[in-house]
Amino acid sequence: MNAKRADKLATGILYAVAALVVIILVALLGYILVQGVPEISWHFLTSPALAFEAGGGIGIQLFNSFYLLILALVISLPISLGAGIYLNEYASKNTITGLIRTTIEILSSLPSVVVGLFGYLFFVVQFKLGFSILSGAFALTVFNLPILTRSIEEALANIPDSQREAGYALGLSRWETVTKIVVPAALPSIITGVVLSAGRIFGEAAALIYTAGQSAPALDFSNWNPFDISSPLSPLRPAETLAVHIWKINSEGIMPDAKAVSAGASAVLIIAVLLFNFLARWLGKRLYKHLTAE
Amino acid sequence: MQNENMETTQRNIMHFDPKAHEIALSTEDLRVFYGQSEAISEGDLQFERYKISSLIGPSGSGKSTFLRSLNRMNDRIATVKGKIMYRGLDINSDEVDVYEMRRHIGMVFQRPNPFAKSIYENIAFALRQRGLNDKHKLDEIVETSLRQAAMWDQVKDDLNKSALALSGGQQQRLCIARAIAVKPDILLLDEPASALDPVSTSQVEDTLLELKQNYTIIIVTHNMQQASRISDYTAFFNLGKVLEYAETGDIFTNPKVDLTNDYISGNFG
Repeated sequence: MNAKRADKLATGILYAVAALVVIILVALLGYILVQGVPEISWHFLTSPALAFEAGGGIGIQLFNSFYLLILALVISLPISLGAGIYLNEYASKNTITGLIRTTIEILSSLPSVVVGLFGYLFFVVQFKLGFSILSGAFALTVFNLPILTRSIEEALANIPDSQREAGYALGLSRWETVTKIVVPAALPSIITGVVLSAGRIFGEAAALIYTAGQSAPALDFSNWNPFDISSPLSPLRPAETLAVHIWKINSEGIMPDAKAVSAGASAVLIIAVLLFNFLARWLGKRLYKHLTAE
Repeated sequence: MQNENMETTQRNIMHFDPKAHEIALSTEDLRVFYGQSEAISEGDLQFERYKISSLIGPSGSGKSTFLRSLNRMNDRIATVKGKIMYRGLDINSDEVDVYEMRRHIGMVFQRPNPFAKSIYENIAFALRQRGLNDKHKLDEIVETSLRQAAMWDQVKDDLNKSALALSGGQQQRLCIARAIAVKPDILLLDEPASALDPVSTSQVEDTLLELKQNYTIIIVTHNMQQASRISDYTAFFNLGKVLEYAETGDIFTNPKVDLTNDYISGNFG
């Protein structure tokens, strides 16, 4: 076989493999969307779920998903940012920081159901937080920290050293250089990392089943006192999220329209995750453009 | 051979009488180590005030390392021993506040490295970090710095545009403007024109000749024409040693050391 034919053959195989991946993805997404999108209506998105009758919605689950997402990010972002800055800007290369890096890597490959069971034992049982938003948010933090830390560390590492030298040469301290030059320059990729991890958190179920719980008690949306247990903001109430809801309907749902609700909820979840991804790309590109050229 | 070199070095360093001139910066027995290996030995140089001094020499001769040691940019990379005297103070000692010191001894690098901020912010940023918040004052310093770097007319309408949108030559002059905005005494330049085209290079050179009136300039260059065009004094580095240091005219027309002659006539390097 001559080189030209070998090249053609190899190119063909690569195209076929790529096409296969795309087809599987499109088929999967298409199936979920075609099945689910007709079920989505304003009523479906806003009304509470019904356990025994048809016509229930996913309003509370949707709210819970967003609330948990925000709480988890509020807790994990400062920690990840601090850890990322330390690892990339301050830590010298030695055994201890090597150990920290390895630990982060191991943590990031931990199955989420293990994170969920750890959260159950630690936050729910040991700290007596019960099945609650707070337990769920902490579990999601454990789940999110390693990946977010890695992505922030990488974003900082991509800023060339010449930027740091420019800061030092102007008589700026290391801290000023990091916070005022390096972090702002890395902001587009940091934000992309945060939004992508938001997508992962939003779709997470296994880490939440035993921490945020599997029930979504009715909420009083006129009561915004976070210390009241019936308030949507109460961090101590159990909160079933969208992803957990889907899992639950499919394993033990007894409402007559379980299949339709599950399909609709899955479509909403997929659309939300897709939106997070597009938002991440769009925001990252826009910020980069804004920084580099008007 | 080594002894002979050492003698010539000593003699040539004293080629001009330091007492007759005002010395802005001088080094005494400066030695730089990367780990165990010695990159600079016997670095003894005096830099005269309001003059341009060039450091020339083949790649790896230690001229950049020497320059970067002068405002302690090598602190975390290498071990620097010896004295660097600035206004009667040894700035290579631990007691010196390096951040404060670098406001007096600024630096411009080989590759233009503007911040990912607007042109205005590139200059105003460091001043604001020092607590200068007066808008009028900032505007004024931004304008004078850009004028001194000979680029005010080109960018005065685009001050809010990102600095990264400028051409390489403009970026480098912005970096010079940024460095002089904090009003240093001494400006160190590490091959500032090596990444630029000939037109931008000559613009940067004009800028430096202009700046000489108010600043002591020390410049590392690979370009011997550049050294002879703009500098008053030239030091020739080889293998981590200063082999010859004299007035630029002398070095280029009448070098005392054979190696210097070989280098400037392009026989090696």
